[in-house]
Amino acid sequence: MDVSKIREDFPILSRKMNGKPLVYLDNGATTLKPQCVIDAVCNYYSYLGANAHRGDYQMSAQVDEAFENARITAQKFINAKYKEEIAFTSGSTMGLNEIAIMLTQQVLNPNDVVLTCESEHASNILPWQQAGKAKNIQLEYIELDHEGKITFEAVQNAIHDGVKIIALAHVSNVLGFEAPIEEICKLAHEKGIIVVVDGAQSTPHIDIDVQKLDCDFFVFSAHKLCGPTGVGVMYGKKKWMDILEPVFFGGESNARFNKCGNLILKETPLKFESGTQPIEGVIGMAAAMDYLQKIGKDNIHAHEVMLKEYFLEKVKDLDKVIVYNANAKSGICTFNIMDKGKMLFAQDVAGYLDSLGIAVRSGQHCAKLLPDILHTAGTCRASFYIYNTKEDVDKLVEGLKNATIENCVNIFF
Amino acid sequence: MALDPTILRDIIMDHYEYPRNKELTEKDGYMSRHMASDSCIDDITVQSKIENGIIEDVRFDGVACTISTASTSIMTELVKDKSIDEAKEIIDNYFKMIDQQEYDEDLLEEAVAFSGVGKQANRINCATIGWKALRDMINESEEKDHE
Repeated sequence: MDVSKIREDFPILSRKMNGKPLVYLDNGATTLKPQCVIDAVCNYYSYLGANAHRGDYQMSAQVDEAFENARITAQKFINAKYKEEIAFTSGSTMGLNEIAIMLTQQVLNPNDVVLTCESEHASNILPWQQAGKAKNIQLEYIELDHEGKITFEAVQNAIHDGVKIIALAHVSNVLGFEAPIEEICKLAHEKGIIVVVDGAQSTPHIDIDVQKLDCDFFVFSAHKLCGPTGVGVMYGKKKWMDILEPVFFGGESNARFNKCGNLILKETPLKFESGTQPIEGVIGMAAAMDYLQKIGKDNIHAHEVMLKEYFLEKVKDLDKVIVYNANAKSGICTFNIMDKGKMLFAQDVAGYLDSLGIAVRSGQHCAKLLPDILHTAGTCRASFYIYNTKEDVDKLVEGLKNATIENCVNIFF
Repeated sequence: MALDPTILRDIIMDHYEYPRNKELTEKDGYMSRHMASDSCIDDITVQSKIENGIIEDVRFDGVACTISTASTSIMTELVKDKSIDEAKEIIDNYFKMIDQQEYDEDLLEEAVAFSGVGKQANRINCATIGWKALRDMINESEEKDHE
């Protein structure tokens, strides 16, 4: 994997931030886009132009071909068995909301339990809470181990007869631990439990095989894997996609309807895609997937883990750097900085790094329950991707060495 | 008057490390605002006691960054024992300063330390979170008086 060559594919890497060369380490939030993705998006606007699935002219047919080819690209990207299992969404959040609403309304019974955990992103807790109100669905949380990790044993202990759904992130967005989804699915299915997986933080970084995982649903967003914003995928096993009724209704999802309320929906996946889809986004997402496949997920993951190990090695003798997730095999480094015996507020550290041209995330990373486990109000997160280098890590560590309360306040003068 | 950045920085650090009036009370006669929805991370509560048109007490507590903590701490000292009209003029000038408009620096005393925060657009919320809470409570007290 030639990182310097990869960097040439990303025009944005030549920009500056606060007058300094950009060191972009917020890839857990979103990723930068290579030229091939930008070109694919622009090509829709400058050449293809038409709507999908509705015109009787060449332009429209070309759009249909590009759009449905993108579906096959997505199918292969996660090794789904059928292309009908791939429905486009606006991203992981929309997918999880749709799944929560559909399963709650159409599958769950009153007082059933949804099992999740405290390190989940808000988008895998709030939809279940809100959708579940009408049926008094209870949310229960798998106990995390001392590192904040989900273990198979903890899942075993949390399961009881009331549990009908397990909803978990494949990789946690704050700490970067991978949950043992394959084992969980095996156990869950023995007990008739549905497994919903949030793949937002795993799909860009590790090889995804939904048939091997055997999960019932899997969602992810394009923008975290070098694709456009506002588009993503909701995967569901065909048996579910066939029987579930969609959340949204409108054009393109119906085959026939009349004013008496009779409605015949199209087959999956089109029944889940009411209204005009983000066509340029879908096409751009496919270009991003092709781009990543060429590099290879194994190479991507190995590169990220190498950068994290390099970071850990560099900070291991720095008492001021507290790392919360040294053992998570991913490109996510979650840390805080001490100065004069006190912990610097994460946002102050991020603000100081920003003044050096370094983009990291501060805050609770939307997993608002996690501070109860980490015992801190917030953390900084540096997350690596394919275009990051050891030099980026050097600059980060140099910045952390100089992160003092004085320097954090100095950025305002 | 040219403001010495070193002194201004020390003002912020002093109020961050030793915040004033940073303790909530359960006494009667206080209004309260919990400011947690504006940003992901700052989470503070501001209380005020306004009687007969005078701001008798302002206090706060919570978890927040240097700028939120120090700006709220300075505010509590600035407006204490001021009339509502005086406090409103101070608040008005503070927001003008943050917006990089002309303002009366004599009215703001130590709060001039935040004159540069507007350059970091994403931190303006930090410098104004406590001030917004007080502005809101003053409005509430005035509405009550009109009833």
